[in-house]
Amino acid sequence: MPVSTSSQGLPVWRRRTTRAQWLQYVAWLAGISLFLLCWKTISDNTMWVFVEDAGRQGSDLISRMMPPRWEYANVLWKPMWDTLNIATLGTLIGIMMAFPVAFLAARNTTPHPLVRSVALMVIVASRSINSLIWAMLLVTILGPGVLAGIIAIALRSIGFVGKLLYEAIEEIHPTPVEAISATGASRMQVMNYGVLPQVMPAFAGISVYRWDINIRESTVLGLVGAGGIGLQLNASINSLAWDQVSVIFLMIFVTVLVSEWISARVRHAII
Amino acid sequence: MNAADSLAERRQQAAKQGQWRRLPLIQDSRLRWGIVIATVVYLILALSTVDVNWARVAEGAGRAVNFLGAFMQPDFVSRQKDIVDGLLESLTMTLTSTVIGVLLAIPVGLGAARNISPLPIYFVCRSIIAVSRTFQEIIIAILFVVMFGFGPLAGMITLAFATIGFMAKLLAEDIEDLDWRQVEAVRATGASWLQTINQAVQPQVMPRLIGLSVYRLDINFRESAVIGIVGAGGIGATLNTSISRYEYDTSAAILLIIIAIVLLCEYSSSHVRRWTQ
Repeated sequence: MPVSTSSQGLPVWRRRTTRAQWLQYVAWLAGISLFLLCWKTISDNTMWVFVEDAGRQGSDLISRMMPPRWEYANVLWKPMWDTLNIATLGTLIGIMMAFPVAFLAARNTTPHPLVRSVALMVIVASRSINSLIWAMLLVTILGPGVLAGIIAIALRSIGFVGKLLYEAIEEIHPTPVEAISATGASRMQVMNYGVLPQVMPAFAGISVYRWDINIRESTVLGLVGAGGIGLQLNASINSLAWDQVSVIFLMIFVTVLVSEWISARVRHAII
Repeated sequence: MNAADSLAERRQQAAKQGQWRRLPLIQDSRLRWGIVIATVVYLILALSTVDVNWARVAEGAGRAVNFLGAFMQPDFVSRQKDIVDGLLESLTMTLTSTVIGVLLAIPVGLGAARNISPLPIYFVCRSIIAVSRTFQEIIIAILFVVMFGFGPLAGMITLAFATIGFMAKLLAEDIEDLDWRQVEAVRATGASWLQTINQAVQPQVMPRLIGLSVYRLDINFRESAVIGIVGAGGIGATLNTSISRYEYDTSAAILLIIIAIVLLCEYSSSHVRRWTQ
């Protein structure tokens, strides 16, 4: 019991039993040892000579970036438009594919448990792999360009939209569905008039949210050759033109902030 | 009678005559058609500027088949040493960066909660969060690789930096809507600021903090698979090499391992979250 008696015979309150206390100590010890072990591995694989002059390197980097080459911004409008297209078209294709997958994955709308597990597998596979990795694969398959970026964003979006949407479908009210099926409606009609109106606002909100994340992700897809402003970023870094890099960073920063603001406004209006 | 009422009235009349139509998602018809027209115009503009080299795409079809074939028979063996090294590096980076990131995120999160911190500190902490959240991990990784050199240290610092923004934002939001009566009760006993935080705030946010840390561990692993592309260590470097060598069977093996570990993380994190709440 947490209450023990002191030497004077007075009860003393304690938060944990002795066993729980010891278990906690052991857990902390194990955790800290694991952390230190990991830290040692990293430290062994690090060239500390390079780390020592990190401050100097950092200030050097900033001084090279500092007067940004503003006229470079004129070159960036087309890549920026490409980036927006990658994000938007990718999101569109992604939500189109995620929509049926979510209905197959939700417990209350799936035709068969076996189909459900396949749909869940698709969602997990798409969610676990970053869009940059998808882009890397697609660039070797489809060749460098905007198309690889669009498909990479779409493939990554399936999992995210699918997961949130199927959770929304599982949380719907069963009463409208019952009412519709009581009229003798077919399976598709029940979906259309009972389920769909209930999840439509959530679906729109999730899509806009994903679009905002996709804008952020599509800015770097060019690093592996999948089009957009990342191509310019890669070229500028490779040619050590840090004053151009800072212009690109600023542009990405502003775009991401604006898209975040738009998405927050739209979601606020819907929900 | 205003416009919305008359619209509802008309709809009811129509429904009685058997002309029922479902309610549209967007009530205002002008806004609805405006959005449709804007979407069509945008799609025409966007699709006309996307230039695709179809000859190259057709050429890649064979590679796509190869790749799908590789997924059927992934090759775990021939690059086993590289894969194991990369994975271990990724896992160590994940763990250390999450621990350091969460530890650093706690003070930032406390500072970014409007109800317990003064205005100047609030602004400083909020701007730290904004900078850390806006940039992709990979962009931060590029900068840190330049500063700290190639290897897992740069990756670890990148992930820790990204963790700060994520954790601090969610922690601050959690603190901002905690139950204020408990804080008042502890304050009424004459507790100092630190004691108030420890006795009134910490017990309320702890379950969520643990849940979020486990969730972030999961995210950090996924990200650690990517930042290797720019030289920040981890399994990403191995994956990048295997793809550029067209060794699709090895890359398929790496991808399958990543999926398996993410699944494992997700499964255990949902258990931990259920256990803490």
